[in-house]
Amino acid sequence: MTGFEAIAGREVLNRAGESWDRHAVAAHTASELVSKRIVVGYGFWIFLLSDIVMFSAFFASYAVLVDQTAGGPAGRDLFDLRNVGLETACLLLSSFTCGIASIGAQAHRGSWFYSAMAVTFVLGATFVGLEVREFTSLAAQGAGPTRSAFLSGFFTVVGCHGLHVTAGLLWLLTMMAQVFAKGYRADILRRVLCFSMFWHFLDIVWVGLFSMVYLIGAVT
Amino acid sequence: MSPSEQERGAAPDDELVGGHEAVLEIGVYLIGLGLATLLTIVSFFVAQTTLVWQPSIPVALAVLAIAQMGIHLVFFLHMTTGPDNVNNAMALAFGVLIVLLVIIGSLWIMAHMNHNMMPMDQIMQMQR
Amino acid sequence: MFGKLSWAAIPFDQPIPLIAAAMVGVMIMGVLAWVALKGWLPYLWQEWITSVDHKRIGIMYTLLAMVMLLRGFADAIMMRSQQALAFHSQGYLPPEHYNQIFSAHGTLMIFFVAMPFVIGLMNFVVPLQLGVRDVAFPTLNSVGFWLTATGALLVNISLVVGEFARTGWLPYPPLSEITYSPGVGVDYYLWALEISGIGTLLSGVNLVTTVLKLRAPGMTLMRMPVFCWTTLASNLLIVAAFPILTATLAMLLLDRYLGFHFFTNEAGGNVMMFMNLIWAWGHPEVYILVLPAFGVFSEVISTFSRKPLFGYRSMVAATMAICVLSFTVWLHHFFTMGAGADVNAIFGIASMLIAIPTGVKIFNWLFTMYGGRVVYSPSLLWSIGFMVTFVIGGITGVLLAEPPADFVLHNSLFLVAHFHNVIIGGVLFGAFAGYTYWFPKAFGFRLHDGLGKAAFWCWIVGFYAAFMPLYVVGLMGMTRRMQHYDVAAWRPWLLIAAGGAAIILAGIIMQIAQLAVSIRRREELRDVTGDPWDGRSLEWATSSPPPAFNFAVLPRVDGEDAYWRLKQRVRQQAMLVAEPVYTEIEMPRNSPTGFICAFFATFMGFALIWHIWWLVAVAAVGAYATFVVFAWRDRHEDVIPADFVARIDRANRDARGEALAGLGTAR
Repeated sequence: MTGFEAIAGREVLNRAGESWDRHAVAAHTASELVSKRIVVGYGFWIFLLSDIVMFSAFFASYAVLVDQTAGGPAGRDLFDLRNVGLETACLLLSSFTCGIASIGAQAHRGSWFYSAMAVTFVLGATFVGLEVREFTSLAAQGAGPTRSAFLSGFFTVVGCHGLHVTAGLLWLLTMMAQVFAKGYRADILRRVLCFSMFWHFLDIVWVGLFSMVYLIGAVT
Repeated sequence: MSPSEQERGAAPDDELVGGHEAVLEIGVYLIGLGLATLLTIVSFFVAQTTLVWQPSIPVALAVLAIAQMGIHLVFFLHMTTGPDNVNNAMALAFGVLIVLLVIIGSLWIMAHMNHNMMPMDQIMQMQR
Repeated sequence: MFGKLSWAAIPFDQPIPLIAAAMVGVMIMGVLAWVALKGWLPYLWQEWITSVDHKRIGIMYTLLAMVMLLRGFADAIMMRSQQALAFHSQGYLPPEHYNQIFSAHGTLMIFFVAMPFVIGLMNFVVPLQLGVRDVAFPTLNSVGFWLTATGALLVNISLVVGEFARTGWLPYPPLSEITYSPGVGVDYYLWALEISGIGTLLSGVNLVTTVLKLRAPGMTLMRMPVFCWTTLASNLLIVAAFPILTATLAMLLLDRYLGFHFFTNEAGGNVMMFMNLIWAWGHPEVYILVLPAFGVFSEVISTFSRKPLFGYRSMVAATMAICVLSFTVWLHHFFTMGAGADVNAIFGIASMLIAIPTGVKIFNWLFTMYGGRVVYSPSLLWSIGFMVTFVIGGITGVLLAEPPADFVLHNSLFLVAHFHNVIIGGVLFGAFAGYTYWFPKAFGFRLHDGLGKAAFWCWIVGFYAAFMPLYVVGLMGMTRRMQHYDVAAWRPWLLIAAGGAAIILAGIIMQIAQLAVSIRRREELRDVTGDPWDGRSLEWATSSPPPAFNFAVLPRVDGEDAYWRLKQRVRQQAMLVAEPVYTEIEMPRNSPTGFICAFFATFMGFALIWHIWWLVAVAAVGAYATFVVFAWRDRHEDVIPADFVARIDRANRDARGEALAGLGTAR
């Protein structure tokens, strides 16, 4: 009883209200039920939500330990808001240019795609560079992650985000290489979709970080 | 869209669904960028000014952050509450729920724990 | 060059692990040699190791679980015998060794027995029940499995090279910090779980996407079998909870490796935060384990009562309620840590509330059986055993959910008895029921009934004998994880418990015998039609085992119990449905990505444990390169030609046609 009725039979014709040829009906439903793009996009969305939960665990630790400075410096002493502003501008703009890149990819327009991706890379790399500079200067002044629980929490939650951005930059270059090598094939475009979701999500997490780590830390 | 695609929804970050032209799409991103920039500037301002009632600043920053996350979701990730986005919105709601439970739950629990706990250096002294 | 690794890492001075390691080593070499000599390596590589077929991956997960069950049970026997002997005596296991054994027992049983078992069942069954060809991301599925295997491998290597953690199955700081656990044991634990945790997360993403996005035409969510609902809930929990585990273990790793101060005693670290976060994962984890078991019972009970499941909607509601509520109770694992009465009260009430949806499920199962024409197959016996046992365990759980009671019973053997009660009675019995129920679908022949029933009775009698005494002795005040004791009143109970372990051992031997006998007698036990139990859901519409593509043509679904409706129509008309139009089918290509990635992950994990930094870098580059090579692949699918599909499907149709004719003449 494997074949069952409706696929090759009457039910589907009645439901669809169209006179589909039996062979075409079978072919249609035997292949994809729902586009791969939707499936892949949704799967990656679920993965990003799991990543947000991971960030929330790191953030919860930071928040619990924020006052544990062990006699050392606190956020108010260490956070350079000008630097944070610069980082925020870089990342926000890079989100915008990433959006342009994904439009370019969908429209199969290399000029838009490659240039927007390149700008995104530069902005993202600037962000990482600024963050590395901040971290090394903090460590140099004796405010490294081993100084206190507060600093451990800070370096971890912000550093985890920075690692994600770095991984994203690697992925960005790989996507540019893939489009260059293989063109705007459907599976490549699906990966570009996932990449752009990832990049926007990194900016969303950064909004949380600069507000609830840096700005609040500088104020209280 | 075929009927099955309509049932199955749209991919979360997809511009394909609306069938807009590229120019309209850039417009969406530009609006998003503008609003996000505005909210960012307001956040930085609120944090550094004395014009606002100080105890309210953390709440204000949180609200502004949530608003900006919403801007990102709507303008950059094209989240809507339409029928083709239900699965995406439900998943997001679930994720947000878990995040809130973890953060608020942890803060609440640990505050109570810390309140009832002897300071660590005193405990360590007792060990000696 | 080799970091901390040296010849001193091998326990030449400890006879027990050395002999155990030697025995296992000989067995593994023996199996590998036999496989190689018989020429099965190419077949294994092409058909299993590089397979991205959910059925194959599901079987491999289950096999991993069963092998690890033997190792974890060996640890259990050692613990029970130690406690039986160690009255006014040191027993035969010194404390450092005993501590590693109970830690390994818990770690293996939760992460490498229970998790792979339920994930294996879900992987095998769900696409078949949904009427589709595979999960959403087949290659990722393979990666997930092999990373889980890597974790299991690392834990087992610790027996031979180095040591395992002595901190219990959840490594509480400050004991697990580098100051108090300077050896590699905790590192083995941490890296094994970080790596396999990635595998589990990938599986979670895969199954959530599959259930929500890939179903046969006409199968709305409310027409899915309940097993698919529990799969959805369990995997949503995986996606939500495992990141917390990853983060928390990462923080402990940062403390140990880089001198951070998350959970240290000095510089402001907060030990209690670890407990808080780890249980925020740990409680959802137990629901991740038990929800699929509940799903199995729903399927088994309705099939063997020959009735549709009672209260489908309330089952779905109860499942999703458990899913959400499981994130609101985690503090009940540390009532005694000092959060105070208000916090304890809220979580205590929440913990009692979560028993309600489970109660709804129990009543639904009972009402399903009531009025049905019940067949007492081994799977149903496991289900009935579950209902009795799990209710007892659940009641003790509600008792422990009362903070005042918990203050007396926390970390006593009462607690140990409770969680074994619910995990064995719930998860393990469910896994065994599912294994027995779907074995014919996977392999084409049934398991021997008689030995299955014998195994069940040994297990259930053994379980009660092994764990009811632990309730008693817990109420008498015995703490968990004791290497020796001197309270005479406890001794008789611990002796009975050891006897219970021996009876369970008999049960396990029955199960091994059952498998061996069933394989030898497989022709007698052959499942010819693909529907040995007169099932109700779509997996029984395929042949046993199903072809790679599952269904020649995807079924169209118009109600619950999809297969049952169609079967009734066919029986009424006394003839099969018309032969469909066969077309070619595209299936994802096999890929060694999962295996190779896990290969590099194993080396990376081992190198991180032993501080062999150059090897870490090499392995990391290797793993990344594997992904890039995979990403550069041009052809993702193979095409199965239409006449091949036709030939396979017609064979099954013939078998079913004969069975149908047989039914007709019998009437």
